[in-house]
Amino acid sequence: MITTSIARKVAMALSGLFLILFLGQHFTINVTSVFSEKTFNFLSHFMGNNPLVQFVLQPILIFGVVFHFVMGFVLELKNNKSRSSKYVSFKGAANASWVSRNMILSGIVVLSFLGLHFYDFWVPEMNYKYVEILPKDPDRYYGELVHKFHSPVRVGIYALSFVFLALHLYHGFASSFQSVGLNNKYTRGVKWLTSAFALGIPAGFIFIAIFHHLNG
Amino acid sequence: MNLTLKIWRQANADAKGEMVTYSIADVSPDMSFLEMMDMHNEQLIGNGEDPVAFDHDCREGICGMCSMFINGEAHGPDRLVTTCQLHMRKFKDGDTITIEPFRANAFPVIKDLAVDRSAFDRIQQAGGFVSVNTSGNTQDANAIPIDKHDADKAFDAATCIGCGACVASCKNASAMLFVSAKVSQYALLPQGKVEATDRVMSMVNQMDEEGFGNCTNTGACEVECPKGISLENIARMNREFMSATLKG
Repeated sequence: MITTSIARKVAMALSGLFLILFLGQHFTINVTSVFSEKTFNFLSHFMGNNPLVQFVLQPILIFGVVFHFVMGFVLELKNNKSRSSKYVSFKGAANASWVSRNMILSGIVVLSFLGLHFYDFWVPEMNYKYVEILPKDPDRYYGELVHKFHSPVRVGIYALSFVFLALHLYHGFASSFQSVGLNNKYTRGVKWLTSAFALGIPAGFIFIAIFHHLNG
Repeated sequence: MNLTLKIWRQANADAKGEMVTYSIADVSPDMSFLEMMDMHNEQLIGNGEDPVAFDHDCREGICGMCSMFINGEAHGPDRLVTTCQLHMRKFKDGDTITIEPFRANAFPVIKDLAVDRSAFDRIQQAGGFVSVNTSGNTQDANAIPIDKHDADKAFDAATCIGCGACVASCKNASAMLFVSAKVSQYALLPQGKVEATDRVMSMVNQMDEEGFGNCTNTGACEVECPKGISLENIARMNREFMSATLKG
């Protein structure tokens, strides 16, 4: 089934929608750190120790991330092969937005950021729980978060990465509805909502990083 | 108008092509683009040179034969027109105009600006038809009531002339707009629903076999389509394909 162009397109859209769901959930938890240290610690401890989250949802998430970027690269390679003789003059901007034409670029930046993010948060967390097997401390999460945002360089990298995530989502979120066959009288409203999400959520993540940098 | 033309010249499918620069004088703004090309070819012939090969037929925007990539866009800078409907008034005196063939591996160059678009014919042959018993028992199509909304959508899809501008404009050389228009024009009508499952599977498989790229929803095809075929058709084809896959 995944061998046809439409199947690949639908699979790309569904994995993207799944990652968007996760992003929304991630933001919801992170934003509590701005308002309540206690709530953030409680939610982080729950997510970090709940067996369903750790051993079912987390592997599914990792699979979703890997599938989305591997499929993205596969599609990019296939698409490049479909026109081996390039145009001397190609006015892409005349008929398509920059973001829609450069999803691979924004995707690579987001993927690089994910590498940094895993190094910053996921690897130490796995090390804490499963390698060194340190005692559970439900109050450690907020301090760890604030500590990470002491560095202005790290905050800058995070902010830049989220700008690229916004660009990626701006096309990708609305596009996924088209890919799964939804293009009707609600499409304009869907485009408005997905654009608001694409700009609002990354802006929120940038705000959280800057907030803790300034107040940490 | 005096113009500089940069035209892709390629002797045959196997030859290495290149852009060749020409000058052309006294072009009337009232000329069509193809008339300007005719005028240029007459000059070439007069000079004992090989004229530029390009596809054309009806010159009324109906047949879908003309297929030039002009100044970086399929059918040139105008919207909702084919190359034959493009007029020289869209350009200014002293302009340099770049003219290339539609480029895609599935559309190999035959010579100069003429490309082989028979891949579209093979996709159409794979399922773009309705099997009708013509033994004298055919039902009058008008006897079947059809929702006006569906009939309009089917007619809009059927206006696709198969010129290939969608493929030429797409950064991935995807043929999804063309194939979706052909799938839609039948899928929307009761006569086409009978074979809808087989049709979409066969046409999509043939499209993939021809080596077209994957659609990434940039929307360039819709903007450059001379007939304004909507992206809505691609969404419909995706639904049809998913439904057909689930039915097995």
